[in-house]
Amino acid sequence: MPKTTPKTMFEKIWEQHVVSQEEGKPALLYIDLHLVHEVTSPQAFEGLRLAGRNVRRPDLIVAVADHDVPTTPRDTEVVIEDPIAKQQLAALSENTAHFGIELFDMYSPGQGIVHVIGPELGATQPGMTIVCGDSHTATHGAFGALAFGIGTSEIEHVLATQCLVQARPKTMEVRVTGELQPGVTAKDLILSIIGQIGVAGGTGHVIEYTGQAIRDLSMEGRMTVCNMSIEGGARAGMIAPDEKTYEYLRGRTRAPKGDAFDEAIKDWNELATDEGAEFDALVEIDASEIEPRVTWGTNPGHVATISGNVPSPEDFESPGDQENAARALEYMELKPGQRITDIAIDRVFIGSCTNGRLEDLRAAAAIAKGRKVAPGVRAMVVPGSTLTKKLAEEEGLDKILTDAGFEWRSAGCSMCLGMNPDILSPGERCASTSNRNFEGRQGRGGLTHLVSPEMAAAAAIEGHFVDVRDWEPVEA
Amino acid sequence: MDPLKKVSGVVAPLDRANVDTDQVIPKQFLKRIERTGFGQYAFFDWRYLEDGVPNPDFILNKAEYRGAPILAAGPNFGSGSSREHAPWALKEYGFMAIIAPSFGDIFRSNCFQNGMAPVVLSQAGVDTILAKALRNPGYRLTVDIVEKRVYDEEGFSESFEMEPFRLESLVEGLDDIGHTLQSVDTIAEFEQAHPARW
Repeated sequence: MPKTTPKTMFEKIWEQHVVSQEEGKPALLYIDLHLVHEVTSPQAFEGLRLAGRNVRRPDLIVAVADHDVPTTPRDTEVVIEDPIAKQQLAALSENTAHFGIELFDMYSPGQGIVHVIGPELGATQPGMTIVCGDSHTATHGAFGALAFGIGTSEIEHVLATQCLVQARPKTMEVRVTGELQPGVTAKDLILSIIGQIGVAGGTGHVIEYTGQAIRDLSMEGRMTVCNMSIEGGARAGMIAPDEKTYEYLRGRTRAPKGDAFDEAIKDWNELATDEGAEFDALVEIDASEIEPRVTWGTNPGHVATISGNVPSPEDFESPGDQENAARALEYMELKPGQRITDIAIDRVFIGSCTNGRLEDLRAAAAIAKGRKVAPGVRAMVVPGSTLTKKLAEEEGLDKILTDAGFEWRSAGCSMCLGMNPDILSPGERCASTSNRNFEGRQGRGGLTHLVSPEMAAAAAIEGHFVDVRDWEPVEA
Repeated sequence: MDPLKKVSGVVAPLDRANVDTDQVIPKQFLKRIERTGFGQYAFFDWRYLEDGVPNPDFILNKAEYRGAPILAAGPNFGSGSSREHAPWALKEYGFMAIIAPSFGDIFRSNCFQNGMAPVVLSQAGVDTILAKALRNPGYRLTVDIVEKRVYDEEGFSESFEMEPFRLESLVEGLDDIGHTLQSVDTIAEFEQAHPARW
């Protein structure tokens, strides 16, 4: 019998979801899970209504309010002062009620950032196709799913048909050999990868992250890595499922139960890329050489090491990159050659779909324990979900962090993109665990440096960036 | 969607790399629940000074480039966020074609969904166009989608690639959803053969 052609995990999942495909045309791809939030969905629902169409599979949709929600306490009614945000949240409630879609609203115990609650619910599972009108949908690829962000017209298409017309992307393997050193995190790894491939390096590709350092990561760490695939230009990033994946999912609300779970594992074990399967591109990186990272510029590829300096435009080869770097330095109010550890900060944001999970909050608390936020620094911790917040409080992380002078807030996207009231003022410099340091992303004129939760917490305490590898815990 | 076969007119040059969708339409304007009304906010933080006065240094504010139907820009245009508000804003601002050496994947897809043409030319081709449009405001180009070619009246001409199905949807002004709904029986069969686990 002839041997079957070895396939990548992406190819297997893709082929399992092709509903139909004509020669030379894109595939009609079935979508297993559609995640919906308030910002990118209203026009899609409106489009459906105008065309007199219905939602095909409301049972395969999970909706949540996350981008606009204030992060102030929610034990009494939250006053949303921005009338347009209020209208957008109301539209989500009306649309989901009208079409029979489950909604986790601001007051729901299941509420949180869409990419945090999907896995928490166990709705995110290996082998699935998952879409959301949000570019960080790649997060769910950490479970061995094909998950990618779509636009509002595509949301409308999925609502109406549960399918998406998609041309097949190329594949890229990012192989991470060796081990991450103590104090070096998944965030530093993905920032290093983006620094290496560039912000457009993965364009047109789906990335599969492989290698020992990836296997060694927790599920939270894997989600951090996959989350930022789009920052390297790739619409999706994925990691083969293993025992860690299954242990994370076991017993979660939406995960299969009992024998069905064991049956599912058998299927999931078939997903991994076959020996000998070929990718269109390969990138290799040695994890042991990675240092804690801090971005200095206005895209996530503008990344330095904590022991390094702010680069000079002349350090870049092409005139385009030089110009880009000069512009970024001007916006960031930084000088070439400045030591990264000399950069003083005004604000700290710990949270987001990149680094707002329990492990991230534990890491920040371990740094903050027994210390105090530096005078003049305002530091916010925004758990990625209401459940994460509850679990963190059960462990006393809130107490450790508030004792140190951090604000402990309610769950949402918050200052990652500042659609709610949490924003930077012009000229304020922020150490942020989020995913984008674009101009104005956290508030017009705001200056964002992307770092890990450990590095953000340490910067809060020292008032400037410091190397967490030199950090000694305070004895209790 | 209106069919789009050809765009002819003035080129607005935005000579910057990695223009992300946060720059095209900043987050504070994403709260509208309509598809319209975004054009006034396109490139807001670059276009207006903090007191709301138009920034005289921002290239698109120069009178010669107003109403241009073609935008030329650096590589990786439209990277970042999936917000379709970005193409909505650009189209309402007046652009029907965007020329760049490369685009963010989701933005590119969103352009097609809105009957706009994201056209990939070589870096050299884009550099030529940017230089001409900067040196000679009022410089005009034609983007012929059917012929997959960009040309001016001074002898510049470059062909581009576009997937046949994308080209067809632009030129015909197709409704994707209507097309897919014709396959509703095939979708139903697929669902029966692949029951969801939860």
